[in-house]
Amino acid sequence: MTQLALVIDLNVCVGCHACVTSCKQWNTSGWAGPMVDENPYDADPTGTFFNRVQTFEVGNYPQTETVHFPKSCLHCEDPPCVPVCPTGASYKREDNGVVLVDYDKCIGCKYCSWACPYGVRELDEQQKVMKKCTLCIDRITDQTLPESERKPACVLACPTSARLYGDVHDPDSEVSVAIRERGGYPLMPEWGTRPANHYLPRRKTRMHITEDELQRADNPLTKEDITVYTGEETLDDVTW
Amino acid sequence: MHPAFSVIFLTTLIGAAQGLFLALFTGQLYASIRLIEPQTDVFYAVGSALALGLLIAGLGASFFHLGRPERAWRAATRWRTSWLSREVIVLPMMMAVVFFYGLFHWLEWTDPFVVLGDDMLAIDATFVIGAVGTLVAFALYVCTAMIYASVKFLEEWHSPYTVGNFIFLGAGSGFMLAAAYSAYIGNHLVGFYGTWAVILTLLGLATRGATLVRNVGLRHKSNLQTAIGVRHRTIEQKSQGFTGSSFNTREFFHHKSPEFLRLVRLAFLVLVFPVPILLIALAYVTQSATLPIIAFVAQYLGLLAERWYFFAEARHPQNLYYQSVA
Amino acid sequence: MKDPVVHTDREIGQTEVKETTCYMCACRCGIRVHLRDGQVRYIEGNPNHPLNHGVICAKGSSGIMKQVSPARLTKPLRRKAKARRGESQFEEISWDEAMTLLADRLKKLRAEDPKKFALFTGRDQMQALTGMFAKQFGTPNYAAHGGFCSVNMAAGMIYSIGGSFWEFGGPDLEHAKLFVMIGTAEDHHSNPLKIQISKFKRRGGRFVSINPVRSGYSAIADEWVPIKPGTDGALLLALIHEIIKVGLFDREFLIQYTNSAELVIDDPQRDDHGMFYRDASAEVTEGCTDPQNKLWWDRHKGQVLTHTEGADPRLMGNYTLTDGTPVKPSFQLLKERVERYTPEWAEGITGIPAETIRRLAYEMGVTARDQKIELPITWTDCWDKEHDTVTGNPVAFHAMRGLAAHSNGFQTIRSLSILMTILGTIDRPGGFRHRAPFPRPIPPCPKPPHGPEAVQPDTPLDGLPLGWPAKPEDLFVDDDGAPVRIDKAFSWEYPLSVHGLMHNVITNAWRGDPYPIDTLFLFMANMAWNSSMNTSEARRMLTDTDENGDYKIPFLVVVDTFSSETVAFADLVLPDTTYLERHDVLSMLDRPISEFDGPVDAVRMPVLPPKGECRPFQDVIIELGARLGLPAFTKEDGSAKYRNYADFIVNYETSPGSGIGFLAGWRGEFGEKYLKGEPNPRQWEHYKANGCVFHHELPRSYQFMRNWNKGYLHWARSHALTRWAEPITLHVYSEVLNRFRAAAQGRRPGRQPPEHLRKRVETFFDPLPFYYEPLETQRIDKNRYPLNALTQRPMAMYHSWDSQNAWLRQIHSHNYLFVNPKVAVAQGISDGDWIWVESHLGRVKCMCRFSEAVEPGTVWTWNAIGKAAGAWALSPNADESKKGFLLNHLIGEELPPGDDGLHLSNSDPVTGQAAWFDVRVRISKADEQEPRMTEPQFAPMKPLPGQEGRPRGKWQAYVAGMFGRK
Ligand SMILES: Nc1nc2c(c(=O)[nH]1)N[C@H]1C(S)=C(S)[C@@H](COP(=O)(O)OP(=O)(O)OC[C@H]3O[C@@H](n4cnc5c(=O)[nH]c(N)nc54)[C@H](O)[C@@H]3O)O[C@H]1N2
Ligand SMILES: Nc1nc2c(c(=O)[nH]1)N[C@H]1C(S)=C(S)[C@@H](COP(=O)(O)OP(=O)(O)OC[C@H]3O[C@@H](n4cnc5c(=O)[nH]c(N)nc54)[C@H](O)[C@@H]3O)O[C@H]1N2
Ligand code: SF4
Ligand code: SF4
Ligand code: SF4
Ligand code: SF4
Ligand code: SF4
Ligand SMILES: [Mo]
Repeated sequence: MTQLALVIDLNVCVGCHACVTSCKQWNTSGWAGPMVDENPYDADPTGTFFNRVQTFEVGNYPQTETVHFPKSCLHCEDPPCVPVCPTGASYKREDNGVVLVDYDKCIGCKYCSWACPYGVRELDEQQKVMKKCTLCIDRITDQTLPESERKPACVLACPTSARLYGDVHDPDSEVSVAIRERGGYPLMPEWGTRPANHYLPRRKTRMHITEDELQRADNPLTKEDITVYTGEETLDDVTW
Repeated sequence: MHPAFSVIFLTTLIGAAQGLFLALFTGQLYASIRLIEPQTDVFYAVGSALALGLLIAGLGASFFHLGRPERAWRAATRWRTSWLSREVIVLPMMMAVVFFYGLFHWLEWTDPFVVLGDDMLAIDATFVIGAVGTLVAFALYVCTAMIYASVKFLEEWHSPYTVGNFIFLGAGSGFMLAAAYSAYIGNHLVGFYGTWAVILTLLGLATRGATLVRNVGLRHKSNLQTAIGVRHRTIEQKSQGFTGSSFNTREFFHHKSPEFLRLVRLAFLVLVFPVPILLIALAYVTQSATLPIIAFVAQYLGLLAERWYFFAEARHPQNLYYQSVA
Repeated sequence: MKDPVVHTDREIGQTEVKETTCYMCACRCGIRVHLRDGQVRYIEGNPNHPLNHGVICAKGSSGIMKQVSPARLTKPLRRKAKARRGESQFEEISWDEAMTLLADRLKKLRAEDPKKFALFTGRDQMQALTGMFAKQFGTPNYAAHGGFCSVNMAAGMIYSIGGSFWEFGGPDLEHAKLFVMIGTAEDHHSNPLKIQISKFKRRGGRFVSINPVRSGYSAIADEWVPIKPGTDGALLLALIHEIIKVGLFDREFLIQYTNSAELVIDDPQRDDHGMFYRDASAEVTEGCTDPQNKLWWDRHKGQVLTHTEGADPRLMGNYTLTDGTPVKPSFQLLKERVERYTPEWAEGITGIPAETIRRLAYEMGVTARDQKIELPITWTDCWDKEHDTVTGNPVAFHAMRGLAAHSNGFQTIRSLSILMTILGTIDRPGGFRHRAPFPRPIPPCPKPPHGPEAVQPDTPLDGLPLGWPAKPEDLFVDDDGAPVRIDKAFSWEYPLSVHGLMHNVITNAWRGDPYPIDTLFLFMANMAWNSSMNTSEARRMLTDTDENGDYKIPFLVVVDTFSSETVAFADLVLPDTTYLERHDVLSMLDRPISEFDGPVDAVRMPVLPPKGECRPFQDVIIELGARLGLPAFTKEDGSAKYRNYADFIVNYETSPGSGIGFLAGWRGEFGEKYLKGEPNPRQWEHYKANGCVFHHELPRSYQFMRNWNKGYLHWARSHALTRWAEPITLHVYSEVLNRFRAAAQGRRPGRQPPEHLRKRVETFFDPLPFYYEPLETQRIDKNRYPLNALTQRPMAMYHSWDSQNAWLRQIHSHNYLFVNPKVAVAQGISDGDWIWVESHLGRVKCMCRFSEAVEPGTVWTWNAIGKAAGAWALSPNADESKKGFLLNHLIGEELPPGDDGLHLSNSDPVTGQAAWFDVRVRISKADEQEPRMTEPQFAPMKPLPGQEGRPRGKWQAYVAGMFGRK
């Protein structure tokens, strides 16, 4: 069975929010749209976004790490948001594992959002139905798009390619390899939701320099170690 | 969680309605085995009407919770997995039961089919309906409670106590209402219902108290470390990714101060438990007709606070992701 | 809902895709705009574009909201006769009225005194056209944002290595092993830098960020080195010290390609002390900026001409030439200079432990030396030596305004250039790489006019308004050494202010110093808000009147697309288009988008019709040029030479028959030539067919070592990129600076600085890099104002442009001051508190946010998020004006008064770069009783005629093809 997902590489994410607004622009005019904004030009502007980029600080100065952390629906393999839905509006696709909401069935009871520990579902406050990341289902399944573009909008946008997309059940996919080889992990594993999306941790490159490397025979200083006799007294002048 | 008044009213109103129904039927049962004085059918009919009224009011309140109430019927489709769906099915059943229970009494269709024992227990239609209704009422308590108790992420709710609370507090307030009703019409069941109400309220105090104790010491499974997958003692969110509000900041947090929360807790602990119990006791002593009514009203108000607190107290793990604006 | 698998997007409406170039920021990525029934459905990166390779950023993805923004201006507006400036009371006028009004006024100024017209442009990408208009008009008073942006970066590096970061060059992260990023938050190469950093990290490269703050790119650095603001000069000099001391410099590179081994006269008694010794008999190219007539000291033969075959010159020591002249190799002078700049010394200034500084020096030196890259590319150097390979020392740097926007930035950036040079990393793989038209001679050839006589009525300016002085005679001053330009650029106060000093225009014009002007014309510059320093004062000056009640700055023209804060102050407002509605040219004459591998330029082509009566400013300026009868825009008979901008672009040549025009691609009658060639009437079509971009990839052998690459330099000359094919020797020692210093010391015949500036020029025009405390800091009581306040660009906002953007403003609707918790707690301030931030100029109120990712002596905020109430079509209650704040109110455009009694710009004394980041502040908790609202507050700006009504309603649900339609 296929389980499509995103793998997000925190090692290279610079927190640019490209995935936030590219998602908004694709989806607001797409299958899952509109993505409504409230108070667009007033105090407390708010609106539906399927993806947010957050910032955390880890540790204390000066050992501080700043972590940019994008988060959208994780398309859990065992999605707690689905069984609780009283209408069946929330469902997980059998063919590719994407978790979706059918707006025509949704009654806006918000119960699914309570049942998601990750805070990725958002009620559209105007249409009063639940909305969330669709993994850009209308792109990834659109056979009329060229293969290279059959990817989520946020993945195509991401300038650091921190967002990998693919089938986590296919052991040879880019995402599976990344998870396996680079320590990909799920969020809040304690709940057994088995998120399909994974995160790749930070990695550090360090340099180690030994004494020998500093003092080498070809040191250019050896070419310059000349002295000039300026007439001062030396042992040569005073010993016999 | 953000306490939504629709849900607060829904759960408290139907809880009391179910309790009232249970009280009526308990009364009928006791009366039929002659432990207490039998009541007129009108008593049951009016009582049922009252319960039905509360159920309808609760249902009405629940519609305010739905974004798309016109599609509410769809909510009955997922009863296999969703406690909400189950509630949606059981609630109308409850209403039907209460309706027919009242209607049969009103029409005095109370000729017994059989009489058990030595003329001890006459089984009539209302008795059957009442018995079924008792099951339905408990089922509804369980459904309602399980909507909350089944969400494992809301660890304050995810415990059998929640079911206990809904049952005891709902039933307690229903019996309290029955006592008030009795006092109002001036029959002799004030003491009977009052005693039950006190017992149920005390049971409620036990479970609710246990819940509070449990929740104080609750160690949440999720923390920032598991939320973002970084192993470090000091993690702080600086930016949630947007500077205004969002559904996630509105739905899952009460935006009230800890002092306010403590105040609400104190209010419900006083209003739900000691006040009505004392009032009932006092009513018993003074034979007052108004005190039981006040007792019910006080308890109901307390329950509103209790339900508010119930929501506010629950800390959703998603809030780990929505803590700071920058 | 339809099953998404069956559903396709195409069913929803008629879609078409058009290609153009993004302008949500200055990066200029290629984009594909999908339209559905005439509305923008989706904007994606163009995968075939050399710059962004298909990716797009947060701003680029929000272009849709720019089109529907209620802040759009749609009508030409004139201030109502009775209304006061700044009250934003306007009446609509027709374009013809507007143009007539403007042309009449300007015609008169041009006939009387052209310098009374000042044209200043902000984050403009068409300086080639605006600059040319100014020159044609005859006014010296023209500049764009460069002076308040990063001119220190441009000047500091171009005067040292002939190229620079910013849009002119960058780090080669494809080959680098160690990447050191200093003082950069977001930068112009926005997407390309992100692409590169991520690839670099994935390849396992080591990334070090030196910045007082850890955010954005620095977040993913392997090591964060927090530094005290304004002290990088000390760090860089200490690194140089250590690298020289341990011998980790690239000797071969220094000898062959830099002036390190060239001999400098070392005799303080002589007037030519500090100048290179020149061999009068050597053959030189006439007019060449940096002729090859200097000497080396060969270890065997003694003095020889540089690049003598087989010579092995000394970098150190002191020598006496045969004529008795005492000399030293310039490297020896550098070595002596950095002697005292030890890591321990730098630790005290920068706050970086000496151990760390040493380690960084070793990492750089050892990586450069031991991880050398050899690319199998043959090339020939200027001395006809053939090389089989190109060598790279894979240490790459990148720096931007963190270095530039300080008043010691020029010398700091000189230090950086020298560090990069001694590591041997210039235009080599894995180091710094030029982008065409760079490298250019040091300094480049264009010069500003030299005196007031260059400005004559009804005559184009004699020279370019901006240029690259190489000696005092190139300054734009009168006989008394007083400035000719309104911003005092190219005067003795800021001699190398190669991009002008836009930040002083308002103050100078208001004060009438050096003279009053009549018309201030602002294009794309929000000078009443985020691009002015001391903003509250600037706003006051714009409305200030003389004794007769006339405005001190009599006429203000603003060309903008949106209802910015500045629009409120205009007398005449001209509504411009958005980037999706017009032609634009990102020209080789200005700042193209060249890649390391060769020149690239690009265009925008309209994908939507202009909104309302908006007109592309380019068309306007060309029409205005014709109406004024400016030679370049009119035919012999006085009629307009060009129909519009598109026509102009195709047909204009810098001079008749030069073959150089705005666009480099597809020149020649049939589009067969590039860079230089006859005008091609079908040029636009070629661009359109090629994704709006022209990219010429150089042969591999021309891609590296371009300063000394004979093949490249001759190619560049024959394609009109440069005038000389001489090698561009790197200036470790800057003789150019010494010329100014010598003048100040009275050692040099010719122009002399006025007495009161002698000391200043002598001090700052040091031919060797040195460290000094930023000028404002020198004049401020540091106990009273213990903190440095900085701004950073947020990645999801461009300056002040995007608050009108319904999506982007949700990411940043207001800002906080980030403070290290230790510092805040000591002041009794808690996270989230309202606080006062106070500088010597005044105070602003804002909210505090704790951060462990900021050096404790620093506080910072996001740039330009706070807005004036009512501007940008936001509600007067919008977060931007209630909770957001602007730091600029605290930053002086002039230095705090000193004993000299002079009005000196708060700028670098060499280049006039605005010292945004020198501001010192203190913070304190706001009283609980005070309103929870930012201060200062300004009376809300009113909606303008032609602007869509406000409020716009509570909801906005954009769906392309349906939005706003019934
Ligand atoms: N998204 C976005 N992109 C933009 C822009 C925008 O507004 N938004 N603006 C564009 C423009 S016009 C420009 S000029 C560029 C500027 O690009 P940057 O130079 O990257 O711009 P700043 O945001 O000013 O970043 C300055 C950085 O220097 C640091 N800094 C300040 N003082 C010091 C110091 O003394 N030493 C060191 N080491 N660091 C210091 C600050 O913390 C900050 O990280 O960005 C361009 N790109
Ligand atoms: N405190 C502080 N202040 C700073 C800086 C800082 O780091 N800190 N950075 C400085 C720097 S580096 C720069 S470059 C400046 C930038 O300063 P400016 O260039 O003056 O300001 P911007 O906000 O970029 O916008 C100028 C105007 O251009 C308008 N505009 C946008 N698109 C168009 C268009 O297509 N046509 C026309 N006609 N107008 C358009 C906008 O509406 C806006 O009013 O800010 C400087 N100010
Ligand atoms: S687009 Fe990529 S780099 Fe930018 S915030 Fe999203 S994941 Fe991070
Ligand atoms: S992340 Fe939340 S919404 Fe998405 S599948 Fe998992 S539980 Fe459901
Ligand atoms: S809000 Fe909609 S999708 Fe969510 S549980 Fe209710 S009906 Fe299902
Ligand atoms: S996969 Fe699509 S819907 Fe999900 S966050 Fe990315 S762009 Fe948005
Ligand atoms: S980096 Fe600048 S030019 Fe490129 S997509 Fe973003 S806003 Fe547009
Ligand atoms: Mo800038």
